[in-house]
Amino acid sequence: MYLLAIDWIFILEKFLLVGFIVSLSMVVAMYATYGERKVAAWLQDRIGPNRAGPFGLLQPLADGGKLFFKEEIIPLISSKFLFILGPILAMVTALLTSAVIPWGRPLHIAGRDVPLQVADINIGILYIFGVVSIGVYGIMIGGWASNNKFSLLAAIRGASQMVSYELPMGLSLLAVLMLVGDLKMSSIVANQVGEGFFNWHIWYQPLGFLIFFICALAECNRTPFDLPEAENELNFGYHQEYSSMKLGFYLFAEYINMFISGVVMATLYFGGYDIPFVNEANWDINQNLLALIGFAVLLAKAFLFVFVFMWIRWTIPRFRYDQLMKLGWARLIPLALFNMVITAAIVLWLKK
Amino acid sequence: MNITQILFWLLSVTALFGAMMVVTSRNPVYSVLWLILTFFSISGHYILLNAQFLAIVNIIVYAGAIMVLFLFVIMLMNLNKNAEPTRGRWIKFAGAISGGCLLLVLVAALRSTEVSSKSVQVGVGEIGLIKNLGRELFTNYVVPFEISSILFLSAMIGAVVIGKKD
Repeated sequence: MYLLAIDWIFILEKFLLVGFIVSLSMVVAMYATYGERKVAAWLQDRIGPNRAGPFGLLQPLADGGKLFFKEEIIPLISSKFLFILGPILAMVTALLTSAVIPWGRPLHIAGRDVPLQVADINIGILYIFGVVSIGVYGIMIGGWASNNKFSLLAAIRGASQMVSYELPMGLSLLAVLMLVGDLKMSSIVANQVGEGFFNWHIWYQPLGFLIFFICALAECNRTPFDLPEAENELNFGYHQEYSSMKLGFYLFAEYINMFISGVVMATLYFGGYDIPFVNEANWDINQNLLALIGFAVLLAKAFLFVFVFMWIRWTIPRFRYDQLMKLGWARLIPLALFNMVITAAIVLWLKK
Repeated sequence: MNITQILFWLLSVTALFGAMMVVTSRNPVYSVLWLILTFFSISGHYILLNAQFLAIVNIIVYAGAIMVLFLFVIMLMNLNKNAEPTRGRWIKFAGAISGGCLLLVLVAALRSTEVSSKSVQVGVGEIGLIKNLGRELFTNYVVPFEISSILFLSAMIGAVVIGKKD
């Protein structure tokens, strides 16, 4: 089917994939809120939510319903359009990153190769970086449109935190790019696939991974970097004036970010859809089944990171703002530069 | 009309409309937001030319970093009260004439270049991909590239020196 010189089956295929990935991220984020409360309860020796449904499994639905039915307040003198645009941008930028992630090996359906990746673009990793740098706007626009000095200050605090931690994140990514020699996400994963799990980049880039992990915590506004929502000492944050589902979207975007950054870390450092202890090339199994197992393995790795994020949240107290800036600029950037120079030297030495 | 042409016209209209709104918006915060939209549509043009690296760098550097700093400054200076002073008629007149002169010079300069006789290759060029671009920058143009990096470094050091408490 060709119309306007476009392969419409291709478009349909991509739409289905996008729909699936977006709804997957939503559901995962929804149950991440439940998981967070259960993990918190476990770490604090409580039971956690257990009233709605078996084991409290319907709790996220109840929370969502509650948020939808709450009264919605838009401050009178604030800019109404920008006030609504803020949470929209936060949600959109949280979901955009999923477009370049290779979720698994290609499926074979009816004679077609269906890649489980929305777009294998030439600049894959830079695209992620671009989306992360756009993510600041959701916070800034929302905080400014609230027309409240506390929201504005919190928005500027949050934005400067995100801008500061983008730099060491980018520098630690550069070291990975030197190992791979390509920016495509698919070749980053292909570089790690193999027998066992000693091809994974974590073995070559432990310091880079540590820096990336810390920066991911800061980019998601998670503890110990959750200054944008320090309600007791810093007056809540940029979403102070928000109520109902708009507040819900801001909080929800944080959980989506958490899931997506878990997937990104698994893809960059932990082999993506590579199944540990198995050499996929020699495994005599249906290719579609193999692709689905790889997808499940990627999800398992991502969930592990989400769990570590929660674990950290309920273990470590939050930084003071000057400590946060000092860590970002005076510790992580020199460390990331050092990591980059060492990696470059070793790559050059081995190639000679 | 094929899909590339449709996209081209869509992006051009967005870019021009955004640029007009940057100038005519009363509120500087809205101006910055329109400018971000303009940057995005220009990045779309770059992608049509298959210059993916340029497109994403345009978004990372301009929309993601420089515009954030603009927003910082504008929000902190609290310029959102339409604080623009009204200008006299003569100033407006002089502004229109000097702007028109600039337009005239630009159009005259563009007419004499070779650009108008060459049509753009859409979606076929490979030079905009990162591998070719990097090879080109580090072989043929390595001296200008390194000189511009030294320029940036000196600008950074200058900013640190100015910003330092003494």
